[in-house]
Amino acid sequence: MTEQTLTKSNSENLPFSLPVQFLNWFASNGWQPRAHQLELLAHNQNGQSTLLIAPTGAGKTLAGFLPSLVELSGTENPKPGKGKRGIHTLYISPLKALAVDIKRNLETPIEEMGLDIAVETRTGDTPVNRRQRQKLNPPQVLLTTPEQLALLIANKDADRFFDNLQTVIFDELHSLVTSKRGHLLALGLARLRKFRPELKTIGLSATVSDPEELRRWLVAQPPLGEIALSEFVKLEGGAKPDISILNSKERVPWSGHSARYAMPEVYEAIKQHKTTLLFVNTRSQAELLFQELWNINDDALPIALHHGSLDVGQRRRVEEAMQRNALRAVVATSTLDLGIDWGDVDLVVHVGAPKGASRLAQRIGRANHRIDEPSKAILVPANRFEVMECQAALNANYLGAQDTPPLQRGTLDVLAQHVLGSACAGPFDENALFEEIVSAAPYAELDPDTFTQILEYVATGGYALRTYEQYAKIRKTKDGAWRLTHPSFAQRYRMNCGTIVEAPMLDVRLTRKRGPNAAFQGGPVLGKIEEGFVEQMAPGDTFMFSGRTLRFEGIREAACYVSKTQSEDPKIPAYAGGKFPLSTFLADQVRSMLCDPQQWDELPAQVSEWLAIQQQKSVLPDRSELLVETFPRGDRFYLIAYPFEGRLAHQTLGMLLTRRMERARARPLGFVATDYAIAIWGLRDFSNLIQERSMSLDYLFDEDMLGDDLEAWLDESFLLKRTFKHCATIAGLIEKRFPGREKSGRQMTISSDLVYDVLRSHQPDHILMQATRADAAHGLLDIRRLGDMLARIKGSIVHQPLEQISPLAVPVMLEIGKESIVGEAQDALLEEAAGKL
Amino acid sequence: MTALMKSRDHTSGLEISFQDEPLIIDPSGCVFWPDQHLLVVSDLHLEKGSSFASKRRTFLPPYDTQASLEKLAICIDRWQPQTIISLGDSFHDQEASERLPQSYRLRLRQMIEGREWLWISGNHDPQPPKEVGGTFCTEAKIGALNFIHEPKPEFITGEIAGHLHPSARIVSRGKRLRRRCVAGDQKRIILPAFGTFTGGLDLSHSAFEGLFEPVNLKAWMLGQKDVYCIDASQLR
Repeated sequence: MTEQTLTKSNSENLPFSLPVQFLNWFASNGWQPRAHQLELLAHNQNGQSTLLIAPTGAGKTLAGFLPSLVELSGTENPKPGKGKRGIHTLYISPLKALAVDIKRNLETPIEEMGLDIAVETRTGDTPVNRRQRQKLNPPQVLLTTPEQLALLIANKDADRFFDNLQTVIFDELHSLVTSKRGHLLALGLARLRKFRPELKTIGLSATVSDPEELRRWLVAQPPLGEIALSEFVKLEGGAKPDISILNSKERVPWSGHSARYAMPEVYEAIKQHKTTLLFVNTRSQAELLFQELWNINDDALPIALHHGSLDVGQRRRVEEAMQRNALRAVVATSTLDLGIDWGDVDLVVHVGAPKGASRLAQRIGRANHRIDEPSKAILVPANRFEVMECQAALNANYLGAQDTPPLQRGTLDVLAQHVLGSACAGPFDENALFEEIVSAAPYAELDPDTFTQILEYVATGGYALRTYEQYAKIRKTKDGAWRLTHPSFAQRYRMNCGTIVEAPMLDVRLTRKRGPNAAFQGGPVLGKIEEGFVEQMAPGDTFMFSGRTLRFEGIREAACYVSKTQSEDPKIPAYAGGKFPLSTFLADQVRSMLCDPQQWDELPAQVSEWLAIQQQKSVLPDRSELLVETFPRGDRFYLIAYPFEGRLAHQTLGMLLTRRMERARARPLGFVATDYAIAIWGLRDFSNLIQERSMSLDYLFDEDMLGDDLEAWLDESFLLKRTFKHCATIAGLIEKRFPGREKSGRQMTISSDLVYDVLRSHQPDHILMQATRADAAHGLLDIRRLGDMLARIKGSIVHQPLEQISPLAVPVMLEIGKESIVGEAQDALLEEAAGKL
Repeated sequence: MTALMKSRDHTSGLEISFQDEPLIIDPSGCVFWPDQHLLVVSDLHLEKGSSFASKRRTFLPPYDTQASLEKLAICIDRWQPQTIISLGDSFHDQEASERLPQSYRLRLRQMIEGREWLWISGNHDPQPPKEVGGTFCTEAKIGALNFIHEPKPEFITGEIAGHLHPSARIVSRGKRLRRRCVAGDQKRIILPAFGTFTGGLDLSHSAFEGLFEPVNLKAWMLGQKDVYCIDASQLR
């Protein structure tokens, strides 16, 4: 390349160079390189890793790739067999679809500038022959996912494959790092850095509450607790989105999550816009609303459905139709959540509460992908508490509030997987591997003892009873290196690699046959459905899937057979509550709204009236207080508390409170938890017990419940078993299930529950039990949040004895009976069933 | 094991009548025949953990044999049988009895001592176990009942078998419950698997087809402390 190059300094006086062909290309499109793009370019050319935080529509993707395109434009793409080839830039995104989309977006500038740069994707969908070809003849830019990176580095020749690697781009970094996928990816990055110590990283992220965490994540952490940070480029702002809450003329329900009431109004909104994206929180919600919209679709507008359980072909057809602007609306779950560009969306409708302000911002970013024009969005709350939550979220969005969760320490199950993967790549020295691992930010605090336990776990299971030494999977040889004892383990590792443990899914197949003895086989596949859901159904039950009502016929092998039905009223699965907990920030906003009548002006009249009646009949707590109401109803007595800490934390609280109430001889019978409140019912007069001081609320809600009571309950908890299954699968103790490949006639898989029970009674401190407890404390049980709440409300519990139910209590009371029961009460159900004989 | 110790105190099992013989189903999944002082247990799958370790390099906790023997010891203590029948698949593989760690071997021998112990052959253990004692046979006929590992498809009256690991499922109040069970009609009874790492196979599975008369089928589902008789029509 002999062309002239623009060499300049940007605002921070960092030198950079941008070839004229790039400047011309920008100009020919009527653009200019933006300051943040140039700043990122300068850092990269200076050998530095950088975090770029920018709102949607700010040209983030181009900014990320610009340094690589510039560098590659100066070199020729060597022909096969000539010169040094290899991957120059690795791009990693959380979604397969995003990688495909980015490829399309990159091809335009490459073509228009006439660059000779090979860009390819590699995902789980990439055919085997192409993957093999990519290994022999790698493209310069490879777009892939975290799982594929884990597979690539577990290869014997991984170091050669990556020995030309210059830059790794992480897209949607804020979403990648918050899960176990992020932990595995961090370990993968540490490995890449070992191959290429001069490697530069670029993190692209939406706004987050703590950018420093991401800056740490992007660079190698020095030993001894020091902290290293990447460079940081931040682009503020963009136009403020135009968000409103649907001010429905219909009655907003007390409880429930369907938002059926609002569909005629949503339909009107769809009619008035070019293309609408309708986001919901769960698959069953998507199915239901899609159906509702078609029931009133008198204009026969092209409205489509998109969720992760649908058949891939069907999803691709919807995506393509979106790009062609052939659709007027798409009802979607989080599969469409992240930064994918699809056609001219001019309206986003969000059904249900958005649960977190950051998530809301992300989804609203889907409308109108141009930074200087406001995005338009309508929030549709499904019930009255959600009205408040939506209003809080709306206030938060304007305030630019951020509520991304703090990053977790790297988990041990993922570490175990990585250690085995390392052995698959070749012999390793344990000290060198330890140093590499602690250079990854999530594992910076890992101690050598725990690492040794992980090594023993991978080698022989890590049991106190050392009976498996002779069968070790990896073994330390005389030269001090750990080696796989048999090459076949590498192949098994590849089958089980990854951290996404999905609920077992069955194919949904359409059949014409009916009846108990029909022979089912073949039939078109409509998609996949959770095995647990199907198992609840009896033949003849109807349910909604793929936008239509289907009749369940039976299960054969790994398929669920269904037939068409005319039934109008399908048996919808009981909604299992929000998928995401209400964020701490939003909960606080809702509490502050509750106690401040001046803020009620913003709310629809029917909601503010509801709160006003609550104030008359009972009381509204202050922002820092916890309101506890007690009242009789029917032949039972109820206790309702309103912590607003989300369903997970409330469930944990419910288990612990009922234990304590039992001890106080209050004879509780059951409880139900929602995102906002918890209701406990029982046989003794709770109001009396509290007033006579034979049951103290301060004792019931004392922080010490998180000690022994928690331990005792956890040990019996089915939640912990579920967490264990997840950990044991990631750590490779339990192999992933491959439907259809199971041996017939007998269950060959060992139930993780049985393994859990045995470990609990024989080696409760096993490394996987440690991993399980840590996981449960973080995620499933929201114990940290519960602890914070208990500390906050200490001495601020307001008890309000009532003669009857309060307005605020109605929503949670309506949930009673919809909840499943746990533990001991299961035998009571069996007894009941046996009694029917 | 504390949970089991507790349950021992107030379980009495569920008495049923089969071929005019009273039998008691123990919540652990074994069956006691009082008139014969006979306890029958199926599919112990001892040393399944080490079998997985040696054959697949899957390292399940190596405590399964210990746990199974402890559970069996509690049942023996409860019913004081003079005869014990282990209905096949007592060991997870043919080499398992040789792999048995010494302490477990001694434990097992102590249990066998002083009573009649029949090892029925199973598909996992077609040959007699080594150095543990007891009598080995392919099936055993005692009174009106015939004890065998794999149920015979042709119609046999009074058969007590194992092999299939039956479990059953009910849906009550929107909640799905799945439990191991003793399954049976008037002519045949199939015992659930007793071993620590053994799973269950749902009664609706095709493997059970033709073994029971659907109208007479019952599932005696195993609860924490009691056994519950559920009619086939209530199963899901």
